[in-house]
Amino acid sequence: MKKILSAALVATMLTTPAAWARDVKIGFVTTLTTGAAVIGNDIKKAVDLAMEHIGGKMAGLNVQLIYADDGFKPETGKQVTDKLVKQDNVDFVAGYIWSHVLLASRKSVLDAGKFLISANAGPSPIAGKLCNKNFFSTSWQNDQTPMAMGEVLNQKGVKSLYIIAPNYAAGKNMVAGVERTFKGKILGKDMTTWPTQLDFSAELAKAKASGAEALFIFYPGKAGGAFIKQYQQAGMKDVMPLYTVFTVDALSLPKLQKAGFTDILGSQFTQEWDPSLDNAQNKRFVADFKAKYGSYPSFYAAQAYDSIFLIKSAVEAVNGNLDDIDGMRAAMKSASFPSVRGKFTYGNNHFPIQNFYLREVVKDADGNWTTKVVKTVYENNQDPYASQCPLK
Amino acid sequence: MDLRPVDTTLLFIQILNGVQLGLLLFLVASGLTLVFGILDFVNLAHGSIYMLGAFICASLTFLVGNFLIAVLLAVPITGVIGYLIERVLIRHLYARSHLDHVLATFGLILVIDTTVQIIWGPAGISVPLPDWLNGQTELFTGVIVPTFRLIIIAAGLVVAAGLFWLVNYTRLGMLIRAGASNSTMVSALGVDIKTLFSLVFALGAMLAGLAGMLISPITEASINMGGEVIITAFVVIIIGGIGSMKGAFVAAILVGLIDTLGRSFLDDVFALFMSQNAAETAAPAISAMLIYILMAVILALRPQGLFPPKVR
Repeated sequence: MKKILSAALVATMLTTPAAWARDVKIGFVTTLTTGAAVIGNDIKKAVDLAMEHIGGKMAGLNVQLIYADDGFKPETGKQVTDKLVKQDNVDFVAGYIWSHVLLASRKSVLDAGKFLISANAGPSPIAGKLCNKNFFSTSWQNDQTPMAMGEVLNQKGVKSLYIIAPNYAAGKNMVAGVERTFKGKILGKDMTTWPTQLDFSAELAKAKASGAEALFIFYPGKAGGAFIKQYQQAGMKDVMPLYTVFTVDALSLPKLQKAGFTDILGSQFTQEWDPSLDNAQNKRFVADFKAKYGSYPSFYAAQAYDSIFLIKSAVEAVNGNLDDIDGMRAAMKSASFPSVRGKFTYGNNHFPIQNFYLREVVKDADGNWTTKVVKTVYENNQDPYASQCPLK
Repeated sequence: MDLRPVDTTLLFIQILNGVQLGLLLFLVASGLTLVFGILDFVNLAHGSIYMLGAFICASLTFLVGNFLIAVLLAVPITGVIGYLIERVLIRHLYARSHLDHVLATFGLILVIDTTVQIIWGPAGISVPLPDWLNGQTELFTGVIVPTFRLIIIAAGLVVAAGLFWLVNYTRLGMLIRAGASNSTMVSALGVDIKTLFSLVFALGAMLAGLAGMLISPITEASINMGGEVIITAFVVIIIGGIGSMKGAFVAAILVGLIDTLGRSFLDDVFALFMSQNAAETAAPAISAMLIYILMAVILALRPQGLFPPKVR
């Protein structure tokens, strides 16, 4: 009898702590293997820094962070997401660099009634018809950044354009985005195999032969560095200026600088964030990131840093009552957390309505290549798919 | 969609691009077909050696400050690594089945990839070229191509000629061919067949390494580059006939041309009989499949490949 009692006691001791002091469990899906791990590692650095800045606690609860590797593949991304939701029973699933991985994984999270926070990918279906009340983005909808670039091209008086982008969900959105706002003529368009094709000789030759005034590309990760090198080797800088989105970032710049690809200095691209943005949260983030890791944070890092503060604002709004899903959702929807991009609001589809800036590659005071803001292209821009989303 | 006259300059440049891609593929495929044809060994880790060559060359480029010197140093280093891999691991597997080869070399891929990630990190390395190689060359009026692409074409042709001479006109080549037909007999005649096989494997490693070194200034030395090339290399040797150097050469050029020309002109061709929009969607998908379609057709009509070696 005594034995049974003590066994029961042990059992209650094992189960009860969870009931009165639950941990906030966050699953973070990113890419930690393959060459794209360089992006995932930068994101991980930012999330670790955010955890340090919040002292590992939200509303007094310990935060338990579980990283998962999507291996740059939709099927692996879905598997690890399933594990986070079913086995680890996390409260939030955040991360997702790649649109195709997010599209494959979204159902696993949302059907289980958990919160899904994209810290990068913003494929159009999730902003439109497939929008969900428990999904939030701390980045952008894919079309927005290239739309801003199309606007920049109009302002510069560019009359004709050639487009090269990878053939997957995000690539198609990027092309759709620039096509939506660019008023000139599009003389040609190539969609390349993703992510395996890294040699763009055929596409560059076509672009050159098209006689377009400018070249627009979208190549995240290592493909971006490869493209820029081949663009320089083909001697196209003076013939056909290059305009990019998500191609030049704080991860590729140090490598390109080391290898002396100076053609990228002065090149311009659009983005919702820049390390030079003047607000307290951003200053602290960039300064501490540089102090801790010795490099500029990438936009991926900035968005991941924001995602932790978004979750924190939700948990604090309900005083740590993680069962209050409605309360947490309302708190996130108000976007009341301090964002490194400055104040923004959420649209009905839970994508940010935010500013987009034109950034330029420059040398900083120490001679390192980084970026600065040239001007604001869009103020409080909302993505074009929000009207297709039935949420209010 | 009106019918555009074919731009001959563009066509010429794209053919050149195709040949360049083909020669690069030949460098990888020749090592693969050498090892497969002569040692009867399936080496999945060939792509990892390609990657290793690129990383070693990248580090040496920063160390000695010149890409070309780095290549000259890195090729023999890759050869030595290939030799050691053969002595330590591969040698013990010749007598086993092809499945065991696949298992062991798959393990080797994991070991090499992880080792590279530990030494160089996941970020990859951009390899700088000397200024004169970074520019462009005007072959004739209107045809301007990146100088480095011409270097790749030249290097590929020199290696192809060298291999042809080595296999067909030297004593070593004679022994290699004899070893491929009947290694027991060659060894009974007093030839050290084990050393010969080690050398062949090292040669294959050098060829793969060289290909990796030549591609890295265009893309970069990166963790997954081996996996990206190995499948295409297998397609090449299957089309060409496994074990045939001539087959590897012809098939590599064929694959390079089909891939490049498909990427260049397929959307224009499709636009002739479907809407512009449909052509834009269909062309990238189909052009990515073209080389596999070619392989399927060849396998159906001529399963032994275009130029099967005579000895088997």
